Amino acid sequence: MPQSLLKIKHIIKEFSGVRVLNDINIDINRGEIYGILGENGAGKSTLLKIICGVYTPTDGELFLNGEKVFISTPMEAKALGLSMIPQEFNLIETLTVFENVFLGSEVKKGLLLDKNHMREKTSKLLNELKTDLSPNAIISNLSVAQKQMVEIAKALVHESNILIMDEPTTVLTIHEVEILFNLMNKLKEKGVTIIFISHKLKEVKRVCDRILILRDGDQISVDEVQNVDEHDMARKMVGRELNQIFPEKIYPKDEVVFKVENLSISKLLYDISFHLKKGEILGFSGLIGAGRTEMAESLMGLRKIDSGKVEIKGNAVDIQSPLDALKNKLGYLSEDRKGKGLLLNFRIPENISLISLKKYTNWFIRKDKEIESTRNYIKQFNIKASSLKSELEFLSGGNQQKVYFSKWMDTDPEILILDEPTRGIDVNAKKDMYHFINSLVKSGVSCIIISSELEEIIGLCTRVIVMREGQITGEVAGEHINEEEIMYYAAGLK
Amino acid sequence: MNFQTINLINLKKIDYSKYTPLIALIVLFILSAVASEHFTKFRNITNILRQVSYTGTIALGMTFAIVAGGFDLSVGSMTAFVGVVAIYTLNYIGVGVDAVFLAVLTAIALGSILGAVNGLIVTKGKITSFVATLGTMSIYRSLTLYVSEAGEVISHNDLYPEIGGGYFLKVPYPVLIFLGLAIVFHFLLNNTPFGRHVCAVGANTQVAVFSAIKVKWITFLTFVIVGFTVGVTSILLSSRLNSVSPGDAGIFFELDAIAAVVIGGTPLSGGRGTIWGTVIGAVILGIINNMLNLMGVSPYLQGTVKGLVILIAVLLQYKKN
Repeated sequence: MPQSLLKIKHIIKEFSGVRVLNDINIDINRGEIYGILGENGAGKSTLLKIICGVYTPTDGELFLNGEKVFISTPMEAKALGLSMIPQEFNLIETLTVFENVFLGSEVKKGLLLDKNHMREKTSKLLNELKTDLSPNAIISNLSVAQKQMVEIAKALVHESNILIMDEPTTVLTIHEVEILFNLMNKLKEKGVTIIFISHKLKEVKRVCDRILILRDGDQISVDEVQNVDEHDMARKMVGRELNQIFPEKIYPKDEVVFKVENLSISKLLYDISFHLKKGEILGFSGLIGAGRTEMAESLMGLRKIDSGKVEIKGNAVDIQSPLDALKNKLGYLSEDRKGKGLLLNFRIPENISLISLKKYTNWFIRKDKEIESTRNYIKQFNIKASSLKSELEFLSGGNQQKVYFSKWMDTDPEILILDEPTRGIDVNAKKDMYHFINSLVKSGVSCIIISSELEEIIGLCTRVIVMREGQITGEVAGEHINEEEIMYYAAGLK
Repeated sequence: MNFQTINLINLKKIDYSKYTPLIALIVLFILSAVASEHFTKFRNITNILRQVSYTGTIALGMTFAIVAGGFDLSVGSMTAFVGVVAIYTLNYIGVGVDAVFLAVLTAIALGSILGAVNGLIVTKGKITSFVATLGTMSIYRSLTLYVSEAGEVISHNDLYPEIGGGYFLKVPYPVLIFLGLAIVFHFLLNNTPFGRHVCAVGANTQVAVFSAIKVKWITFLTFVIVGFTVGVTSILLSSRLNSVSPGDAGIFFELDAIAAVVIGGTPLSGGRGTIWGTVIGAVILGIINNMLNLMGVSPYLQGTVKGLVILIAVLLQYKKN
């Protein structure tokens, strides 16, 4: 008889009145690997953050070992034996491995740190994790996979009985994923409970005992893993047929508007060559770290390139800065909307006009014109804000993304690079974005879409280039665009 | 529905806090008027404004630097250096109007150049503005002492003191120059692409870079503006006294200027700010100084009061965030 460890009852979470988790009821047993599956924006991370005390639920209760608990800070979660390995690492780059592992819970000998003890214990943990990492290595010198091992060691050192892993395999190679899965099974034998978040069906199917599927904040199902196959899971996750959210594909003209030849940056990009046709939606697929964002940034003049030629409409261009890119009617929506895209303390009109400010200026900025054009974008792109003068931080992710899109549309681009255009936005906003992109290419603009969501790449693009470790490894077009083909190239198996 | 109400509350909060400096000024003014009968006399008010105009003018320039995410510690030393060079120029050329004219031009040009040096160190040398201007603060002061051999530098021109001491309709010239510059800078910050870009750079440098803004150029220009305002202040100050004392001139000007900006509601983290807030901040500091004098508080304690006011202003800002 399995023993209940963590019980979640009627959990509801709302942000500014928007419900992101709706009545979640689950029961996680001691020593099981519990999978949580869902699309981006389904509520996986929110649920995790509630368990770890980062967010407090709007309503509902948590029980640990049958006792009601209130977890209001991550510290309290830790004290209760809950450890989380976050998607984005929380390591101090300038410190060593063992210093990070013991960060906040340093072992002392009298007044001083007992470094030898900490070093030995870290080294023991790392051995268990089967890595040859030294406890004295500096974090900034480590690879992403190694950093993750450090995060895992950091969680294990607290002898947690519940370990939460938020999409841990995204950054790992196939070999490293194997090691991680072995380790998870070992921990399970020791009685550790693991909550495993992923959107990769195969992994979840392989490693988990039970699977919770979330969609748009609702609990869709909890299944024993042997009772569901990947097809069922996909259907439950998406909950609708794919063709409903994607518009009909438009095939481009033959005219090549953008051509890149042998673009290289030392240790980042190797001989990238491709072309883009007028009115085309060209997808760039690949795993995280494949160099797609770096490529886009160097095309925009944001990174220095070592070699390479770029042609726009048959003319060689030399793009050294974003200003040069702008002059050549090239636009780029960064994947990092908040960090590189929008000024959150600025209002909507000032964000939209930031790049195209000249249009609104004769000596002084014509603020009435700014507002007028903002009104048009709000109508055209269905942007929802309580007021035209709302600062961006008060808008939802989807509406922020639409403002970001408007900001670049206001520069009248002819070639637009969209990097993860639907990251962290809800399904309806996604659908809107897909239709905007589609009508954009109808009007003759050419688009490059960089996306880690295969569904999006497959649903939108007429041609897909796959990158891996800074190189183009393959290209698929038309009917050949499918998940398997792309994954083969992305994983380097072809 | 819920989303909207939350938003409205936030907007109201912002609108209210936007006027905090103005409300503080009005309260302070009323308190002062009640506490001392001399306070509201026209002569006293123009005196306060004249006192304010020196660091106030620098604070106007400092607003740009702070909104762009930096600041300038070297303004005090720079004031002394520019003042000394201006008077040397004046004395070298003669006693006519042409000498005054050239001295003024020299001061403004030299101030802008010294500001540009700061700007170059920050943008080209990639040194944070704190360290960069801490360095030049020491350099400019030492150059002042070297050039003047640490002695008082006195002007021999009788027309020069007219700038700092003259009146137009009973209002001292420095006050008019300060307020005139404030109006120009207000439009520069609020209504021009340059001003918008300054805010963008301070709000998020990365976003500014990705929005095709010449971040380094904008940052550089904010330091030139600071230098320009220092040039103006050097003229106002040295012409008022018709001399410059190299060791004392401009001491603590950087603190007063930064304090005026902060009290005026511009966050030290940058990204937004107002010129009228800075003017109010400077006037608040001026009134406090004046009241402490009128009430016979020891001059040694005035720094304490000023410090407390700065701390309260910053605390209120943090509370808001």
